[in-house]
Amino acid sequence: MRNVSGQADVVIVGGGIVGTSAAFFLRQRGVGVILLERFLVGQQASGTNFGNVRRQGRYLRQLPLANRSRAIWGRIPELTGADVEFMPVGHVRFLWADEQLAVVEKYQRDAAEYGLELHILGRNAIRERFPFIGPEAVAGSWSPHDGHANPRLVAPAFARAARRDGATIVENCEVLSIDRTGEDFTVATASGDYRAPIVLIAGGAWGGGFAAAMGEPVPLDVAGPQMGVTEPLPYFVHPVVGVSTKVPGEVAYLRQIPRGNIIFGGIARRNAALDEQRAKYDPAGVQAQFRQILRLVPALKHARLIRTWSGVEGYMADDLPVMGRSAKIPGLFYAFGFCGHGFQIGPGVGDVMAELIATGATTTPMEDFRIDRFGGSVPVRAHAP
Amino acid sequence: MADPRVIVVGAGPAGIRAAAALVEAGLVPTVIDEASRSGGQIYRRQPENFTRSYEQLYGTEARKARALHTCFDALRHRIDYRPETLAWAVKDGRLHVQSGMTAEALPYDALVLAPGATDRMMPIPGWTRPGCYSLGASQIALKAQACAIGEKVVFMGTGPLLYLVACQYMKAGNAPVAVLDTTPFHRQLRGLALMAARPGQLVKGARLIAALRAGGVRVVRGITPREVTGGEAGVTGVRYADAAGRTFHVECTAVGIGFHLRAESQLADLAGCVFAFDPAVRQWLPAIDAMGRSSVANVYLAGDGVRVLGADGAETSGKLAAQAVLADLGRPQPEDRTRRLLRDMERHVRFARGVARAFPWPHDKVAAIPDETLVCRCEAITAGELRAAVTALEAPEVNRAKAFSRVGMGRCQGRFCGLASQEIVAAACRLPVEKAGRLRGQAPVKPLPIAVTDGGSHA
Repeated sequence: MRNVSGQADVVIVGGGIVGTSAAFFLRQRGVGVILLERFLVGQQASGTNFGNVRRQGRYLRQLPLANRSRAIWGRIPELTGADVEFMPVGHVRFLWADEQLAVVEKYQRDAAEYGLELHILGRNAIRERFPFIGPEAVAGSWSPHDGHANPRLVAPAFARAARRDGATIVENCEVLSIDRTGEDFTVATASGDYRAPIVLIAGGAWGGGFAAAMGEPVPLDVAGPQMGVTEPLPYFVHPVVGVSTKVPGEVAYLRQIPRGNIIFGGIARRNAALDEQRAKYDPAGVQAQFRQILRLVPALKHARLIRTWSGVEGYMADDLPVMGRSAKIPGLFYAFGFCGHGFQIGPGVGDVMAELIATGATTTPMEDFRIDRFGGSVPVRAHAP
Repeated sequence: MADPRVIVVGAGPAGIRAAAALVEAGLVPTVIDEASRSGGQIYRRQPENFTRSYEQLYGTEARKARALHTCFDALRHRIDYRPETLAWAVKDGRLHVQSGMTAEALPYDALVLAPGATDRMMPIPGWTRPGCYSLGASQIALKAQACAIGEKVVFMGTGPLLYLVACQYMKAGNAPVAVLDTTPFHRQLRGLALMAARPGQLVKGARLIAALRAGGVRVVRGITPREVTGGEAGVTGVRYADAAGRTFHVECTAVGIGFHLRAESQLADLAGCVFAFDPAVRQWLPAIDAMGRSSVANVYLAGDGVRVLGADGAETSGKLAAQAVLADLGRPQPEDRTRRLLRDMERHVRFARGVARAFPWPHDKVAAIPDETLVCRCEAITAGELRAAVTALEAPEVNRAKAFSRVGMGRCQGRFCGLASQEIVAAACRLPVEKAGRLRGQAPVKPLPIAVTDGGSHA
């Protein structure tokens, strides 16, 4: 008989931004929580991503969730007591090609129905508003209420707040197996078993392995973003900057923090492995990144790169996360596979999952993210612009 | 089969001797070096148009310096020599290098890393004032530019370099005002038995201190640094406490600070080499076998970049690493030569352990620096902010404390603050330093210009 290390209403597997915020919002609803994290909270994709608090460009039917999350972002200091460096400075996507204009205009109209305010700015307007932009840009799509935050701080802030409110957060605790035994799940770890009638799998790129073990396999690929940061420069790029393009080699993004460093990423993702604790940056891609960054902000030609990093992210075949209840096992919930887009919606996902677990339903539409959507032949959804 | 591609990083004592052994075996290695002239730090060459003699420049080491320079000059046209080139990353069997505004990826069959060492720095209140230098920088000013860091100089820290640099300044006609050593004299005696492995070096060291005394230089041992005093305009003095806790102030216009050396092990880290904690020097160092083989099949480590043994040990380790490369490429080396080198190496390792024992990193003093002291110069983060990452934000180890506080995330990437921050975080976590994690290396090793263009990637 193995010793039982803990028992609660809910065991959360995975301490990224989704798992920790779910723990926090479950405590807000008075639900008892144990969170098990294999390494340290927020160490993988949640801590190594770009830090984009961006709604524009998202899959349209994810916008209600993104809006709910955006409202939480503004309240994180009040909720957690921590400053996660969230700056609602706006998000602009620049266009290199006139043909892309129709795409962003259509997205603007569609997104308006979900309450997302976007402004399409022409050639002169972008230069007036964003004097840093390079000469090739033909237009921009401006989302005034999006922004950025420091990913290294967010999941740990939710974890501390959840613990303050009574959650048990166990780090360096790898989950070995999950079994349904009678009314309860038994979650086995090297340091003992944890029991709860409800389990939420929020294991990021590792979520696919758990789902498969529970009899619900999904198509999930693992990849690492390629991130870099420059030395500090005068603060002159205020919004988050991205590109709207059909050319994969042109996908680049950057943001500047007030202390002056420019954080950037984009171009190709690189393979990552689940058995590696850290995904590695691939120096072979750096010059392709530099070219796109300089296209956006030519003034960076005198800057220097001081650090690079990557992380382990889970990508679903249709580029949408898995969120919601298990299609097979009562009491089992999933929220994983955020396809590199999980940072902005993370706190909202935690809130929705807490609502779903505590009340049995949610006011936010989540139908498109069901785990059983891959059964049979699910068409691959087109990327939003 | 084409000739194996061997890359040597570093053209100091270890890199030059490794390259020479490879050339002798008929190979044409690529030698990457950041400096504009070969020689490394201790045998740094003066600029082309300077005319000081070897005796003036290198003192008792003149013969060795000349021999190493002559060795390199004979190699220069038999190798692919790339000065002023930064090796900024290693991945998947390719070394990523940058020179000027050109970057390229060089594939290799064997990689010998001999990047050397830098000063180990202890943050002290006021250590960022203009007029503060590392001991290494104080020496470079003298060797390369024939100038002193100031008129009235104090040297503070511990280790052989402290006395060497002080003596070199004295000989150059710029005797320091004081030499302040954190190690008490009785502690220095504890290294004697091990240092006797190289009696010649031991005598040279004793002579340095005697010469300083004879020259009227005040040498104080067992001190605790309190503050580098001064203002925006620069340094006005050094405040320190003696072993009895009494505080003193020495007036000066410049300070050279250093606490022995730290290995530049970032490339080995990026190459994926396994590291182990060496309690003698309180540093995480890449693990190697007696020949210098790392845990990664075709990566070899030599010189002060893997273990701080000094210049003579570096030359021996460079020769050994080259022998290991050649043996692994199926070109076995004469066994008697290898045996001789290994025996030689044992003496260097023993001596280095004696030095580490005689001049310990004052880790307890580092862990106790006042909260307002800047630890991370690049990001301007204080010891108090770093401690708060542990106490208020619950960071349980060094990488998490770095992520929360930004210590070590600036231009130097922790090369100057990393070792001190490990001590401060470990103390705040109430853990022994070896249990508080190892700072992970991240490319680039040094800042890389964004405007670099592709010089051919050999893909």
